Amino acid sequence: MPIDTGDTAWLLASSALVLIMTPGLAFFYGGLVRKKNANAIIMQCFACILLVSTVWVLYGYSMAFGPDVGGFVGNLDWAGLNGVGLEPNEGYAATVPHQAFMIFQAMFAIITPALIIGAIADRMKFSAFLIFLLLWATFVYNPIAHWVWAIGGWVRGLGALDFAGGTVVHINAGAAALVGALYLGKRRGFGKDPMLPHNVPFVVLGTALLWFGWFGFNAGSALASGGLATSAFVVTHTATAVAGLTWLIISWLHKGNPSLIGACTGAVAGLVAITPASGFVGPLASIAIGAGAGAFCYAAVQYKNKKGFDDALDVWAVHGIGGTWGALATGIFAEKAINAAGNNGLLFGNAAQMIPQIIGVAATWGYSMVVSFILLVIINKTIGLRVKPEEEAVGLDLGQHAEEAYVD
Amino acid sequence: MLKVEAIIRQEKVNDVKNALSNAGFLGITVYDVKGRGRQKGYVLNFRGREMRVDLIAKTKIELVIDDKALDEVIKIIRENAVTGNIGDGKIFVSPVLDVIRIRTGDRGKEAI
Repeated sequence: MPIDTGDTAWLLASSALVLIMTPGLAFFYGGLVRKKNANAIIMQCFACILLVSTVWVLYGYSMAFGPDVGGFVGNLDWAGLNGVGLEPNEGYAATVPHQAFMIFQAMFAIITPALIIGAIADRMKFSAFLIFLLLWATFVYNPIAHWVWAIGGWVRGLGALDFAGGTVVHINAGAAALVGALYLGKRRGFGKDPMLPHNVPFVVLGTALLWFGWFGFNAGSALASGGLATSAFVVTHTATAVAGLTWLIISWLHKGNPSLIGACTGAVAGLVAITPASGFVGPLASIAIGAGAGAFCYAAVQYKNKKGFDDALDVWAVHGIGGTWGALATGIFAEKAINAAGNNGLLFGNAAQMIPQIIGVAATWGYSMVVSFILLVIINKTIGLRVKPEEEAVGLDLGQHAEEAYVD
Repeated sequence: MLKVEAIIRQEKVNDVKNALSNAGFLGITVYDVKGRGRQKGYVLNFRGREMRVDLIAKTKIELVIDDKALDEVIKIIRENAVTGNIGDGKIFVSPVLDVIRIRTGDRGKEAI
């Protein structure tokens, strides 16, 4: 097929939209931490852009999408973008240059490890973080992206539906976040000192950038401009609004105050949950998915608070649980009338769709938790993961970077 | 009556505050302050340019107490603010002529 200029324009614009999500996430996380750690967490997010972009071109894209090895990972034939040129790759996106598809996927590889940062906030050495980032992007993200999205990937082969990354991005990051929070241990003074968000408007700014960028994430995943992209755009927006509203109301009834951070967190939970479903479900289904995201993720945060593990910024609850709900909801609400390349779900007479969905979810949780744990143990036993107690007390901005967010 | 002003490390303020309230010293005033002592400051690095910051952010806790409570208050503050390194801060003690509770007009020790 010849290159379609409309499709190419939309995919390149979408790539830029997905890139802005990572600085958006940096503001979201940056606002939620104490001011002595604001620069450090923004720096970790920014480092994901720098490092993952570099290795994506060198070998990451080839590992994730290159010629299949046993359904598990791509080989290195496409390393250095060898053969990844300006002609379309018919298997992945037949109407845009192969490099447009490649750079769009690069943005997903960047934000996925960045999501984990919220769980390990305020206590990890920057050097250890960079090594973890490199190893995690290589040995966790690339294989799972291959399983689910690449030609020959074993989860894709089962017929599991994941439009824009519910398993690859959100469950994957949420599972690693849980392991990271538990293995690193609590922040110093957790449960004793108040650890209040230092800038709530930053949280709102970050949420706005995430929401804005997510249109590229989901509607861009149509890999074409037109009807499917529009449908994905509409359900993404709707589910997000409903999830924010649901969280707001539940937390208001439960705690007595309508919280702005709560409304923002609910909106992000909605974005997460609609991600795998966005190319397969209609508008009314997106309302159900958004409402479920607000309710389940709120409950997950309450559960975490009760258990007392220090997933500092609730990555497990929002991305792990939200992503799991979204992946299962895809199997419930998918309909072929929305996307002929998809399948019907439980509500449309195809209960069997739940099976590959559940296998995809379970495999991602299992692989991500196990390999993330191994990587963390290796780094901890060699160079150590945590900053010194006095650095943690004074804050990572000064302790790790000698650069404060707020000097005067 | 005495005024106790303790300049301490920012990260110690919760420990000191909680210990004071456990001992019954509920009324305190806390300030974010900057200052210089023997700790001398630290070097920041912006875009490769080094800058010396010689006014260090500290926290000042201020409370007015009965003369007899002084040793206890000093002990509480020292126990909870000390790290043993330069920069743990100082405690200043000065006399207070009178205290007036605005709501009732109570004066002196009754008003502390």
